Amino acid sequence: MTTKLTTNAAKAQATKLTVLGEINHMEVDIAIVGGGAAGLAAANAAYDAGITNVAIFERETATGGILKQCIHNGFGLHRFKEELSGPEYAAREHEAAVERGIQINYQAFVLSIEEGPLLRVISPTLGMTHVHAGAIILAMGSRERTRGMLQIPGTRPAGIYTAGTAQHMINLEGIIPGREVVMLGSGDIGLIVARRLAYEGANVKMVLNRSHFSGGLRRNIVQCLDDYGIPLRLLHTITNVYGKNRVEAVGVSQVDKATKKAIPGTEEIIPCDTVLLSVGLIPENELARAAGIVMDRGSKGALVDQTYQTSIPGIFSAGNVLHIHDLVDFVSEEGEGAGRAAAEYVKNGGAERAEVVEVVPGSGVSYVVPQRVTPAAQGKVLMRFRVRNIYKKPTVHVLADGVEVKKFKRQILIPAEMAEIKVDAELIAGHKTIEVTVEAGEPNE
Amino acid sequence: MSEKTYKHFICVSCPVGCELEVTMEDGVATQVTGYTCKRGIEYGIDEATDPKRVVTSLVNVKGKQMPCSVRTNQAIPKRLIPDCVEALRGIELTPPVKIGDVVLKDVCGTGANVIATKNFD
Repeated sequence: MTTKLTTNAAKAQATKLTVLGEINHMEVDIAIVGGGAAGLAAANAAYDAGITNVAIFERETATGGILKQCIHNGFGLHRFKEELSGPEYAAREHEAAVERGIQINYQAFVLSIEEGPLLRVISPTLGMTHVHAGAIILAMGSRERTRGMLQIPGTRPAGIYTAGTAQHMINLEGIIPGREVVMLGSGDIGLIVARRLAYEGANVKMVLNRSHFSGGLRRNIVQCLDDYGIPLRLLHTITNVYGKNRVEAVGVSQVDKATKKAIPGTEEIIPCDTVLLSVGLIPENELARAAGIVMDRGSKGALVDQTYQTSIPGIFSAGNVLHIHDLVDFVSEEGEGAGRAAAEYVKNGGAERAEVVEVVPGSGVSYVVPQRVTPAAQGKVLMRFRVRNIYKKPTVHVLADGVEVKKFKRQILIPAEMAEIKVDAELIAGHKTIEVTVEAGEPNE
Repeated sequence: MSEKTYKHFICVSCPVGCELEVTMEDGVATQVTGYTCKRGIEYGIDEATDPKRVVTSLVNVKGKQMPCSVRTNQAIPKRLIPDCVEALRGIELTPPVKIGDVVLKDVCGTGANVIATKNFD
């Protein structure tokens, strides 16, 4: 231990790294936490809006975030009008940032957001640094839910991974996590990983889904499961894990649709060496929460206005850290929105925040972003939301203080796909609360 | 008289997910039912006759720990996916590699090229 410390101290001195106790200071107009799709788009948009002193603080050694390990195609249809793989999409965004001279700090870990606003950052090149920023954009993305969060009973052997960890192992490290795989949850990452495993010769025995509908996009169910004959078992879950050192089997039980609980006595033993979990993403908001930013329990992201500004003036939030997206194209679009708004904030200060209109989810809707609309809103206000169930031929109602001001017809709304509406700012202005509800046109299954 | 057979698909052109039924006569799709828009007809015929997919995989890079991600530059027949993945095994790229570099020409006689989707210095 002592030797190691001495070596590190010697190394630090040799490379003139900051030693403990010294704090460097940096001043930027806009500081962005996270160099994934949202952060890169935000930086580029802020630059294009006239704010050139923009710095990204990225935890890893490269930009791109989750896109780096998403080697499958299907990215960029909206943004670039062509179908790219994740690394290609990330490379385009990265190159755009490099062309603009955006300062990208790698292995830069943001410890906290303080008043100022100010970021406390630590990195091998920056040392301990206080970044004084005119505005901050939160673009930290999301994390996967884990076995611990699901409280799956059984032993604790090796061989249980989240789908994203498995994807990282396969696509970035060239390691196959296992040969006989049972997957719990049918989120998009899981479906994509199931196909990758099938390509590489592993046997994905089944994908289990606790609810009666999948959390993944339909295209992924067809092209990742059906194409390879991988069965999707709805209303099934893992109720036990067996194995001492390595997973040997799982117990799979049927789930009651009404109570959403496993039905006792239905457990079937499925031998396998690997369990993958694809049961949803949680915005990574530890920094935001610690800074006292007001959160939305529905979206699990910060509560924002139509410019993506959080409850703390000058701090904005965009991408998966704000709410979970299905398509990166919309993450980039949101990042750009936050980038432009942050640039405006740096140039002209904050807009009037009094008399904001509250936007709340009503019947059938789990959350709406933004949760606030300020009097400064003009033109159409984009509202993105998710529904709680499958709705065929639904009507989306927009109620202002209880009275309908607008409605939208849709072919179908499903929980796996984010929905959006655009509401005239003048229909919103002057009210206390806007409520978004959804009503099925045809009976649900 | 030719025998009629029926194939069933869920259209993935949009989230509606129409349940399509394609009538096949002598290996030719003669009718599609169940669609709500014309994209469904096209999808149904393609899926029933010769479904195509873009294939993405990895190849090794000399002297690098990380593999290089690759994809076909156009969709290839689904039935050739295992052959395509097999053809990529054993390929080792020599850096520098640029996005778009051709890794394997005319893979499995499909006319599609496999291209790199990642940069290596």
